[in-house]
Amino acid sequence: MQTLFDALSLGSLYALGALGIALIFGVMRLVNFAHGDVISFSIFALLWPSTDAVAIVFAGELPWFVLIPFVLAMGAGLSVVSEIIVFRRFRRANPATMMIASFALGFVIRYFLLMLFSSRPKSISLLPALSQPVEILGARIPLLQVITIAATIAILFALTAFLKRTRFGLEMRAAAENFTMARMLGVRANRVIMGAFALSGALAAAIGLILAAQTGTVDIQMGASVMLMAFIATVIGGLGSLPGAVLAGFLLGAASVVMQTVLPIDARPFRDAFVYGAVIMVLIFRPQGLIAARGTKERV
Amino acid sequence: MSVIRRTISTPILLTLILIAIALIAVAAGSRPFNQTVIDIFLRVILVVGLYIFIGNSGVMSFGHIGFTCLGAYAAAWLTMPPMMKQTLLPGLPDWLMNTQLPYWAGAIFAALWAALWAALFGKILMRLSGIAASIATFAMLAMINTVYSNWESVTAATSSVVGIPIIRSIWPYLIAAIIAVIVAWLHAISRAGLALRAARDEPTAAAASGVDIPKQRLIAFILSGAVMGMGGALFAHSIGVVTPDTFYLTLTFTTLSMLVVGGIGSLSGAVLGVVILSSLIQALRWLEAGVTIGTTTIAIPNGLQEIALGIVMILILIRRPAGIMANSELRWPLSNPENVSLKNPGENPGNKPTQQGVSK
Repeated sequence: MQTLFDALSLGSLYALGALGIALIFGVMRLVNFAHGDVISFSIFALLWPSTDAVAIVFAGELPWFVLIPFVLAMGAGLSVVSEIIVFRRFRRANPATMMIASFALGFVIRYFLLMLFSSRPKSISLLPALSQPVEILGARIPLLQVITIAATIAILFALTAFLKRTRFGLEMRAAAENFTMARMLGVRANRVIMGAFALSGALAAAIGLILAAQTGTVDIQMGASVMLMAFIATVIGGLGSLPGAVLAGFLLGAASVVMQTVLPIDARPFRDAFVYGAVIMVLIFRPQGLIAARGTKERV
Repeated sequence: MSVIRRTISTPILLTLILIAIALIAVAAGSRPFNQTVIDIFLRVILVVGLYIFIGNSGVMSFGHIGFTCLGAYAAAWLTMPPMMKQTLLPGLPDWLMNTQLPYWAGAIFAALWAALWAALFGKILMRLSGIAASIATFAMLAMINTVYSNWESVTAATSSVVGIPIIRSIWPYLIAAIIAVIVAWLHAISRAGLALRAARDEPTAAAASGVDIPKQRLIAFILSGAVMGMGGALFAHSIGVVTPDTFYLTLTFTTLSMLVVGGIGSLSGAVLGVVILSSLIQALRWLEAGVTIGTTTIAIPNGLQEIALGIVMILILIRRPAGIMANSELRWPLSNPENVSLKNPGENPGNKPTQQGVSK
């Protein structure tokens, strides 16, 4: 039972990250390496710039119903700004150039944070009420895990509804499938792309919140590891396919947790090597991903 | 051999650039600057190694730094004094424990060791293409890093392996960088290199003309793995310490950025990208330390160096999305229009210039 919840909550993180990357990839074929730094940025936005070990929280004192929208808005805002300032100039560049540009942008964000906050991890108590355990079916589960899973499911439903029921969502799905065609039919490219960036930034901020609440520390690198897994999840899920990204995110989370319990003690430190090995196997048998998105197949 | 005659100016010019940098270092004669130049040569080796595979095949690889890691540790195993190995790396087999090779022999074996693993991984990975191949190479890097970070007895896990002989002279690095350039050039004009670039630009037509795409990619993968392994060995000798995390994401992205900023499909771009970005980094470092003009010292705040570097990279890419050199090579004489129009060594002058070939 504990394992199941571990797997689900880790999977939730990866799934949210993968969604953020897949959304942007869908509309503009950009593999956004700055995503991890957006995660860190949105949580650092809560802190007052200082190099002390204990974070000086200025916005963190807010009640949760103000705090959460604030963080989400920071993530979305940064993401949209980066689109306007940087990625807009790369509309016609090839994917490798965009990827390196996004990496360079992430680099700028990371060192900007480093300048303001130093590289030391800071302790922060964010929503401390959530770390108490609750009892579910005889297992003691931290309340936060339950909320993480519930929040992820809620976000997934909200996002599905948004994409399926609203006009904007429809435009976004059309753009993901065939961008040129969508534009010809009257979809405004910039608006859709900015929408995708805003959503992706908000998702990044949500991950930041969950991570900070889970670990009680914030540091500049915290986005990076989630982003890598999310990135892998996006690809094995089928690049540009949102359900694929979510499914692969949960699978990766499950694979990590299950291998941790199943592998013999000697092999446990090498867990990640097995997970990555599994990723290579999936790619070899399904190079287009678990759920292939339409329009991304290679034409050979 | 007209292909050699037509294209030999590129490696010669690049070699001259590298020698010029070495001579500047000798003339300056300062120890820190010497180290900077060694770093430039090391990055040239690594980025040229990346170019051999990425530039010719058009497949982005995030995994090549893994071979650098393999090479660096192989160099450590082969060249450290046996006494040190006994305490630091007790798990090594006896024959390895008792060997101590000179650094150049160690580098050769390191290159072969990396090439062996490139062959093993490549055999599986080269069946993939596009973004799936990129992620698979990344997974390979992560696997190598995980194994080297945890295998206590032969890699000392995440703690650093010290005691690797340090080479302070710049000449071995210069020679290795020139070797890397020449290997890359020879591969680019060879049958395998041509076939691979054909597959990059027109996969369907190339396959229809009898190009075995996975095989050609594998050849380039092994060759670039060997160059990366050699670079890793020399990297180890330049600082005398190796840790698995030296050879992970940061180095991967630094080298990839240099390749992309220089121009992904061009050997000259690979070398110039390193030289330009390294000079920029060095200039910013000096600024950070403070420049005295008259009586005032101007210094930029710490951390601004990286921010400025990132911004400059973005600006270069905005101005030149295909990199500084795009797909062209440095040539001599530059004024000859027929030569200038050559987009890749060995291609017919009449060919339409091809756009970047990284597959979607």
